[in-house]
Amino acid sequence: MNAPAYNFAYLDEQTKRMIRRAILKAIAIPGYQVPFASREMPMPYGWGTGGVQVTAAILGPQDVLKVIDQGSDDTTNAISIRKFFAKTAGVATTTATEDATVIQTRHRIPETSLHANQVLVYQVPIPEPLRFLEPRETETRRMHALAEYGLMHVKLYEDIARFGHIATAYAYPVKVNARYVMDPSPTPKFDNPKMDNCPALQLFGAGREKRIYAIPPYTQVVSLDFEDHPFEPYRFNAPCALCAAENSYLDEIVIDDKGGRMFVCSDTDYCEGRQAAGHHGSLSAAPYKEKAQEGSNG
Amino acid sequence: MTTIAELPPGFVDKVLSAQSTFRSVMDAMARPGSVQRIVPMAGVPGPTMRGTAAIALTLFDHDTPLWLDARMAERSDVVKWLKFHTGAPVVQDSSIASFALISDGAALPPLERFALGTNEYPDRSTTVILQVESLDSGRSFELRGPGIDGVATLQASIRPFDLFERLRFNEALFPRGIDLVLVADDAVVAIPRTTRVVNKGS
Repeated sequence: MNAPAYNFAYLDEQTKRMIRRAILKAIAIPGYQVPFASREMPMPYGWGTGGVQVTAAILGPQDVLKVIDQGSDDTTNAISIRKFFAKTAGVATTTATEDATVIQTRHRIPETSLHANQVLVYQVPIPEPLRFLEPRETETRRMHALAEYGLMHVKLYEDIARFGHIATAYAYPVKVNARYVMDPSPTPKFDNPKMDNCPALQLFGAGREKRIYAIPPYTQVVSLDFEDHPFEPYRFNAPCALCAAENSYLDEIVIDDKGGRMFVCSDTDYCEGRQAAGHHGSLSAAPYKEKAQEGSNG
Repeated sequence: MTTIAELPPGFVDKVLSAQSTFRSVMDAMARPGSVQRIVPMAGVPGPTMRGTAAIALTLFDHDTPLWLDARMAERSDVVKWLKFHTGAPVVQDSSIASFALISDGAALPPLERFALGTNEYPDRSTTVILQVESLDSGRSFELRGPGIDGVATLQASIRPFDLFERLRFNEALFPRGIDLVLVADDAVVAIPRTTRVVNKGS
């Protein structure tokens, strides 16, 4: 039997139409969470079922897909989603940010600036920024309807009262187009400024919570703050140990049991690009040394 | 009496044609004022333009109540084509429509008669698809809002002439409002509710 086992990009056409209509309304109302009839996907909730459904609904044969998980192209989640679409849609895939037309991401925005011919699709676990402050959907929906966001400012204020600064480090709430308060998904707040006035379209899919929302290109996205406690992106105060980047978001990696650690770019494509361009960090020679030793032993 | 065999066809390749059409509409909605082209072609019953037919096949189904203007509704070939290819129920009450198809702009009903959504669910609003004469010549308009890097200009020949004055009610209504899709042959321009349009004169 030669008939394909799945429709193009896995989802059936009726589901795609439903998701596509939700995406159009999401773009028309920036930051508003559009309910949609999320489907079961062949992967568990929490593995990006919302992002996968959005990607499946927009993806075409001409697209070039990149998938990242915490900035990395090489983790299980990123690889399996990339393979999923290579298999079900036959699309070209890449790890190079600037070559991709659709980038699905979990918890990071690439370091390389996005351009106008790209769509960034976020995997979102909890789309409602007010959920941990108000558990009732009826109430949070009314709060969004009335633009009543005082509770969120109280939460940030309580951070200041307790810690002396706004301690929220990820999923830092933003206001989109001066109207809706939105959860940027659990990206580090380091990435928040990249959402503002971004040339690329940003789409957000939450599969378990059944919500789709969007930020159109060139839209104002403001991180909530106070005049005397302005928003500040956080970054470890160190250069990348592999590529010496001073301006990228870093992961901390424990390298021995004596307290040793290294800081490396979380964006693997950015880091590899810099290393290929001749930038070297303090530990960048290590893998080559190991290889050389292996060579001499063998 | 039209039989199914006499109906104009739908897409040749349903899946990829719908995807390509959707991306054009999505790009149009994401970048208001930009003119996007719809490439896949289907049959065009009666006064339906090529772009409108492709959008209908891409977005309409049994979940989307559809309102037709008088010129469309009186053509049984249009109604039958839509019913056969999309299954969308045609409704008389414009205030419950997910989509409205307008072929005769001069007869555009007051926009308040369409679904505007609620403050809790502003997405439950009508997307109005309006066929216009031209989206590359005519009067000049300046557009501002999300999706636009500064100012976008649109040259269009549109009826009703006061369309954008009427659309200004979106500003006070937000987040409720009407999203508009303009179609001229295979060209598409979207004006979502966040876009502010001013007449630049001719």
